[in-house]
Amino acid sequence: MALLEVKDLRTSFHTEDGIVGAVDGVSFSVEKGQTLGIVGESGSGKSVTCLTIMGLNAKRNTTSSGEAIWKGKNLLTTKPRELREIRGNDISMIFQDPMTSLNPVHTIGKQLIEAVQLHRDVSNRVARARSLELLKAVGIPYAERRIDDYPHQFSGGMRQRVMIAMALINDPDLLIADEPTTALDVTTQAQILTLMKRLQEEFGSAIIIITHDLGVVAETADDVLVMYGARVVEHASVEELFNRPQHPYTWGLIGSLPRLDIDVERLIQIPGQPPSLLRPPRGCRFHPRCSYVMEVCKTTVPELLPTQREPDHLQACHLDEETKDREAAKLLESMMAEAG
Amino acid sequence: MEASTTGTNNSVVDPNDLLVIDDVKKHFPITRGIIFQKQIGSVKAVDGVSFSVKKGETLGIVGESGCGKSTLARCIIKLLETTGGQINFDGRDITKLSRSTMRPIRREMTMIFQDPYASLNPRKRVGAIVGEPLEVHNLGSASEIKTRVQELLEVVGLNPEHYNRFPHEFSGGQRQRIGVARALAVNPKLIVCDEPVSALDVSVQAQILNLLKDLQDDFGLTYIFIAHDLNVVRHISDRVLVMYLGKVVEIATRDVLYKEPKHPYTGALLSAVPIANPELGRKREPIVLEGDVPSPVNPPSACNFHPRCPRFVEGHCDVEEPPLYSFGNGHVAACHYALERWPMDASEIRRASASRAPEPEPEQPLPA
Repeated sequence: MALLEVKDLRTSFHTEDGIVGAVDGVSFSVEKGQTLGIVGESGSGKSVTCLTIMGLNAKRNTTSSGEAIWKGKNLLTTKPRELREIRGNDISMIFQDPMTSLNPVHTIGKQLIEAVQLHRDVSNRVARARSLELLKAVGIPYAERRIDDYPHQFSGGMRQRVMIAMALINDPDLLIADEPTTALDVTTQAQILTLMKRLQEEFGSAIIIITHDLGVVAETADDVLVMYGARVVEHASVEELFNRPQHPYTWGLIGSLPRLDIDVERLIQIPGQPPSLLRPPRGCRFHPRCSYVMEVCKTTVPELLPTQREPDHLQACHLDEETKDREAAKLLESMMAEAG
Repeated sequence: MEASTTGTNNSVVDPNDLLVIDDVKKHFPITRGIIFQKQIGSVKAVDGVSFSVKKGETLGIVGESGCGKSTLARCIIKLLETTGGQINFDGRDITKLSRSTMRPIRREMTMIFQDPYASLNPRKRVGAIVGEPLEVHNLGSASEIKTRVQELLEVVGLNPEHYNRFPHEFSGGQRQRIGVARALAVNPKLIVCDEPVSALDVSVQAQILNLLKDLQDDFGLTYIFIAHDLNVVRHISDRVLVMYLGKVVEIATRDVLYKEPKHPYTGALLSAVPIANPELGRKREPIVLEGDVPSPVNPPSACNFHPRCPRFVEGHCDVEEPPLYSFGNGHVAACHYALERWPMDASEIRRASASRAPEPEPEQPLPA
């Protein structure tokens, strides 16, 4: 059985301008020890999906429906008190911005100890020892001395390590990392990704990693979900996605990326802008920017269906499979040719 | 410094150089006290950087945050006064020019800023924003300026009808296009782009990169392109300069730098970039640098990369500062123990340096 099973998740925000459908029918599941990558541009609904699962959206103007089954329990209907017991204990989250996610007026030791004592009835000394152990595990030098420092005394990369230590302190079964390396330099990003990989091997937890960087996904994820305009447009294993991408948006993403391993004179650009979720386009949400657009795309929403060859490769596009295979092969070939 | 004297001669020699930067330094003072401020130290944000940019080429500058790339950009365009060194633009020393003598030269060098949200005045209309440089330099009457602005909006791919809109009515990519139009308005020779695409989504980033390339072809522009994303820099640049803690560690043409980096720091940067190819990406062993970039207030002795360097040799790298060794064809790198080949992983690098004799045969130090 899957560790977390999300079915037809929908979240909308009620704003002054109208209803924003931030997540529109997202389904996926995460197995133990597996890493799921969620890719998409800003505003595609990837963060909101995870915030909804964690019950972290503002209650005032948000409505959610669907199911997120965690160990037989639907997280969307769980009482706040029970949810608080799961959050930070069974499921924990690393937020994007380490500069603002730590409390600046408390030492990091105090914040880590709080995380332990919220879920465990242990003495200060035990909680402190556990905090120290985690700080060492994430590679903070001189952890004994630094545990009593305040967040501003740490650099960005170090703060992100503290966030990871805090997320792992109660041995969670699932770790949700929302753009964990976006604010960091490449060398620090490499440190953090290596660390997450090592800790996953050690603790065997499942990871959901949200990112806009296809490179990060290629290096860390087992399964990938591509989101566009609040919907899933493609869902496949990482090898399938990069070797046989089946959605024009995914082609655009792959082609628009300047890369170290490939020389291209001109990047493939996706024309236009990401859609407004206040008034999303009818039919397939990608159709105004898609160069393969057909009449049917403008009226009918394509379903997320498996491809004939690979039942685990889901995609939502009206184009026939033959054309897609051909176009995908053409894209990859053109890139390979340039590389050679 | 002897470098500054040789550099000045050098700048006169090559007429193809649009910009020659010679031993430029920018130190920000750290003071203590409220009334009697006394200087107790300085942040060496840029510390002796020399390079040149040819007409029509794109020089990429990469480095981690805090390495001084943006400060360098601001020094070049004279938004900041330099502490030392010389800046030659189009055959003229502009280092010590006053504000009024500098003004006509400002037409020839403009800048595109990082944040498309913060760099446009929210209370001005697009027409006024793009037209302002034309007004400042008295380039035409009101109606001429309007025609020119509409022409510019069209050039950067915006609808000229949007002349009267405010910045908040545009998306991030469109705002960055407005920034590009503003930089183009006065027909500059040089555009300094400070992280122009780092705030944008990938699909929009590709649009802006393509636009910058097209404009370069159409108008013969010269770019200095600053970014922390090595993929982007590789895509757009002809030559690339790598900075670390206010100093140049390596300069080479794009292909050479990415295929045969000589400085271990360049190697570490390259190996840290995630590759969007699962088979390739997972096979390689990245060189993971320990720790963070040290503080520029108190930089490490000699080679300032030595505390993090995988091939650090004690008693040499922390004692003698490496000059920029030349590897031919303008490829220079500041390392006593340059990489012999590429790719290498961290353990190979360490092994290679341990087996090597402590005295390197110095390839001829660079004249400038």
